[in-house]
Amino acid sequence: MTTPLRGLLTADPVVATSGVALFADALRDQAVPVLDAGWHPPPPGTEGDLATVMADPRRVAANAEALARMTAAEAHLVDVLPASEALGLERGTFLHAGPPIEWERASGPLRGALVGAVLLEGLADTPDEAEHRLAAGEFDLEPCHHRGAVGPMAGVVSPSMWVYAVRDDAHGNTSWCSLNEGLGKVLRYGAYGPEVLDRLRWMGAVLGPILRQAVRSTGPVDIRAIIAQMLQMGDEGHNRNRAGSLMLLRELLPGMITADAPSADVAEAVRFSGANEHFFLNLGMPACKLATRAAEGIPGSTVVTTMARNGTDFGIRVSGTGDQWFTGPANTPQGLFLGDYGPADANPDIGDSAITETAGIGGFAMAAAPAIVRFVGGDVPFALAATRRMYEVTVGEHPVYQVPILGFRGTPVGIDVALVVRTGDLPQINTGMAGRVAGTGQVGAGLVTPPAECFTAALSALARAAGS
Amino acid sequence: MSVHVELRRGAYHDSVSLLQVSRAVAGAPGVEAAQVAMATELNVDVLRGMGFTVPEEAGPNDLVVALRATDDDGLATGLAAVEDALAALSATAGSTGADDEVPPGTLGSAVRRSGARLALVSVPGAHAVTETYDAIAAGASVMLFSDNVSVADEVALKDAAAAADVLVMGPDCGTALVGGVALGFADVVRAGPVGIVAASGTGAQQAMCLLDAAGVGLSHCLGVGGRDLSAAVGGRSTRQALRALAADAATDWVLVVSKPPDPEVLAAMEREVETLGLRAHWAILGPGRPDLTAAVEQALTAEGVTVPDWPAVIAATDAPGRPADAPVTPGSLRGLFCGGTLAEEAALVAGAVLGPVSSNLGHDPEHALGRDLRAPGHVVVDFGADELTRGRAHPMIDPTLRMERIAAEAADPTCGVLLLDLVLGHGAHPDPGPELAEAVRAARDTARGAGRELPVVVSLCGTDADPQDRRRTEAALAAAGASVFLSNAAAARHAAGILGGAR
Repeated sequence: MTTPLRGLLTADPVVATSGVALFADALRDQAVPVLDAGWHPPPPGTEGDLATVMADPRRVAANAEALARMTAAEAHLVDVLPASEALGLERGTFLHAGPPIEWERASGPLRGALVGAVLLEGLADTPDEAEHRLAAGEFDLEPCHHRGAVGPMAGVVSPSMWVYAVRDDAHGNTSWCSLNEGLGKVLRYGAYGPEVLDRLRWMGAVLGPILRQAVRSTGPVDIRAIIAQMLQMGDEGHNRNRAGSLMLLRELLPGMITADAPSADVAEAVRFSGANEHFFLNLGMPACKLATRAAEGIPGSTVVTTMARNGTDFGIRVSGTGDQWFTGPANTPQGLFLGDYGPADANPDIGDSAITETAGIGGFAMAAAPAIVRFVGGDVPFALAATRRMYEVTVGEHPVYQVPILGFRGTPVGIDVALVVRTGDLPQINTGMAGRVAGTGQVGAGLVTPPAECFTAALSALARAAGS
Repeated sequence: MSVHVELRRGAYHDSVSLLQVSRAVAGAPGVEAAQVAMATELNVDVLRGMGFTVPEEAGPNDLVVALRATDDDGLATGLAAVEDALAALSATAGSTGADDEVPPGTLGSAVRRSGARLALVSVPGAHAVTETYDAIAAGASVMLFSDNVSVADEVALKDAAAAADVLVMGPDCGTALVGGVALGFADVVRAGPVGIVAASGTGAQQAMCLLDAAGVGLSHCLGVGGRDLSAAVGGRSTRQALRALAADAATDWVLVVSKPPDPEVLAAMEREVETLGLRAHWAILGPGRPDLTAAVEQALTAEGVTVPDWPAVIAATDAPGRPADAPVTPGSLRGLFCGGTLAEEAALVAGAVLGPVSSNLGHDPEHALGRDLRAPGHVVVDFGADELTRGRAHPMIDPTLRMERIAAEAADPTCGVLLLDLVLGHGAHPDPGPELAEAVRAARDTARGAGRELPVVVSLCGTDADPQDRRRTEAALAAAGASVFLSNAAAARHAAGILGGAR
């Protein structure tokens, strides 16, 4: 016969407490091991929603399922191709990062990137004309996420741009992401000058086809395996991608070098890719998108499947509430600035790259990348504490993505809306900063958190879904 | 005179910690009055009663710092004391070991990290359901100290717990003893073969102390919450507790203690005990049923244990030896209780002797007390009732409200006898005896000043091994002129007798 109440009456007592400290003290006085949760009240008005969501009998199993799917998702780079083919993107339609937004509310960097993309597609001859036609509503704007894609920073994708195709055979999904343009004045940070457009044309005409030949000749590249290794080499996969970029290049180089293209083009493609420390980010992002996508649509699950920003709004989506966005005003990152730029030059948070944190790397793997804290003005204990804090708001640990300095503990994965609201600890995001004014480009990089109202709104919707 | 009232938004501390802060600040030189508290409705009432003007926008999640000092220097000293006391609170909370270690963010996390099989929840009622589900999901049984949890939530929590093979003790469970560890309010008793299942906190403490005084020790005391044997809850936790005790090698027999239960639920539990082959005795409060002391005596007798004389000290002024023709004390019984079950038992015992007793116990709508807790005639007030502890520490920790009422009754010529309880043990006030003795002495002096004698009877629940020491506390109360009883029923009977009821 099994012991009733899980051995409560026979075990050596160990007690966890939540609330009045006096009771924990009284237990300590009796030499009982006690761990106090240090409870503090969640935001006013959330207590009913929290209780309803916690009472949902589906919650625990649904979150376990979300975690299992998220961590089982595969990610193989299988092709490189134009967005028109990959995404069925029509001329006159532009994808962008974050939740849905219209031109009127679009931020400077998003406007700048859209202007550049309109010029790239030959739909206008001058930036003024492009802006005028965009403002007149002549083009369709759509979130990358609505087509299963992700875009860094402004995340603008137009039909002629080339994208990576990454495949999850475990769940039968594909995700896409644009090719990385390097740093400085680049479209994703809202710059659209001639050098930006020239580079994009070269990427479409030369780089894309060479990468396609490389991928098709060397076969699928296991992106998840690279992420697992880069975490052990000092990258966190969002703001730091050095090791990942080199490992990716190692896979692609033989195919690039033997591609059917003029040797000068091959040399320039290899130089461009090798000189770019964020070359890998555009593969880490779709790999993370595949992980979170696998966890979508599980009734009762409180796990976050999307965190994304359009430069104006921060939006999240949650497994148990499907495609519904919960938004709030995007915060402005805190961090270090390039050159003469300062806080006044920074645009509020932008980009789909928070998909990395959503899937358990980036800011969540900060402990794996102590070098990053110098970049954001912290110290090593801060990096360790950042990751440890995220264990308190996630449903599990990633079996493949591990942090050596934490004894190879898996990264915290599966942000739980209820845990975020209860603890008040918002997800830690590492990110770049775009200039506020269209056309500026990157001004810095740093740390940011989502606005808390995304989570309280999602909790409310989960409570309604649980009560029905 | 200098007055300072300040609202701090989003600064949360539990009511007990704030009580300690308030006391530290009130003791600072130059400070006349100080209250640092969350701005719950009840606390705002108290603050206004103290003469402070509280901003209208104050809500239950705001911290109010209210100080009155002799002058500006006193105010500055007081405010510095507030900062020191609040900083001391966060220093304790923040001590987590390594500099990069983070404390658990939630109860579930704390359960998983520590491997605890038991979680103790004492957050305000509106948040208690969330905490309890979290602990259940993490695999721990829960002592749910919090009150203000709805019956529907209680039923759902207990069903979730049963499905996970864990026990929810509560809500509003004040007392438990698990494997020798006292949780919440509990007395220090000897180890032994008796298990208690209690739908009553102070009822359980009374039974524990009586058994201890009879030389009988305890294996476990599992609280189940005062409503567990109601029709709505249906004995869900009692059934689980009985099964667990039946399977427990350390337990020979069981005493079930409860406030008035639903008869059908009680019958079902009696059948349950039979199917388990468990020796059980019932100490069930209710009209026409034996009081707790009598029920414990019956159980002891049935188990072959000699019933001792229960400790009692009777004051000379109301000694039973006085002449039979001595004038009966005029006035009414005023029972001011911290323990809910003790209040309930006192109302039943005294009511049987004296006739109707008004109370806030919620059974008798015809004699229910209003918000001011006042009525002419016999009155029993439970200061531990839900509506009096919302956002405020339990009166067993913070006796302020009852102390005010004792002083008020002393000045009330219709008060014929004061009946008080005092509960010792873990979790209770660290040394309540001197403070209550002082209040008893002051009350009797006030009455005497008005030309009348005010007898005071105290039901003192505790053991000699309790941190507060029952004997020492008893002596202090007796020296102040009170009659003191270990048996709550005996105390109530004695008080009623003073008013002319049968001794």
